[in-house]
Amino acid sequence: MRVVTALLSGLLFGLGLSIGGMTQPAVVLDFLDIFGHWDPRLAFVMGGAVVTTAIGYRLVLRRPQPLFEDCFRVPSLRHFDGRLIGGATLFGLGWGMAGYCPGPALASVGGGALSVAVLLATMILGWWLAARLLPPSRN
Amino acid sequence: MHMNPFLIATFGGILIGLSAILLMAALGSIAGVSGIVGSLISGSASGWDWRVAFVSGLVAGPALLWLLFGESGIGAPQVGLPWMALAGLLVGVGTGIGGGCTSGHGVCGVARLSRRSLLATAVFMASGIVAVYVIRHLLGGL
Repeated sequence: MRVVTALLSGLLFGLGLSIGGMTQPAVVLDFLDIFGHWDPRLAFVMGGAVVTTAIGYRLVLRRPQPLFEDCFRVPSLRHFDGRLIGGATLFGLGWGMAGYCPGPALASVGGGALSVAVLLATMILGWWLAARLLPPSRN
Repeated sequence: MHMNPFLIATFGGILIGLSAILLMAALGSIAGVSGIVGSLISGSASGWDWRVAFVSGLVAGPALLWLLFGESGIGAPQVGLPWMALAGLLVGVGTGIGGGCTSGHGVCGVARLSRRSLLATAVFMASGIVAVYVIRHLLGGL
């Protein structure tokens, strides 16, 4: 059931990204282009997702535990640090360069573009490097 | 059929929200793509089976749209191969050390009103805007 639920969750995620236009890098780049022809669609996708999640989490996190696990694994870190800010800065630069964040990059693999496969490969290399050189403080 | 593009975008966002709620309710996990896949790569993951299943679903989403409507929604890359390669590396390293991406920080973290995620989201939005400004308006494109 864990696997089936995760598959369904991923499917909803992929459908939402695609329907919301997030698998079109042009739409993402136009959102970030606030000094050009700004396309606000990404804000609507994010707004819809954040409000839905906020309501749902409120209900779900009242329960003692998730359906198929012992406990909820919600990040407990509170402090700001250089990793958070530096990491987010680098991520934003890459995001603004090509218009792909990790979800849409993975969801776009079926489009068959070679350069998307290359972007995925270097993204995976980046995760590996980050874990190797700067062990995660994520929890 | 012409539907309001902002309505469609909001609907897409609601689906992403439902995905995040489902993953939390069932597996107690944040629906952060860089976390789910990144920890698979770094080998620190517990439960690789559901992570692989999540990614499979993610890839299957546009494929299902294509089967149903003849349109996957997948758009063409906007920059050349070397820039795609560099962008991927920046996204991987950045989300790896920053502990999340648009989904983990931007959706799930902001929904929890996590201070860290609110800051991370503001920072990657800002640096994304700077990158697009420099590339499009100063350099005239890649």
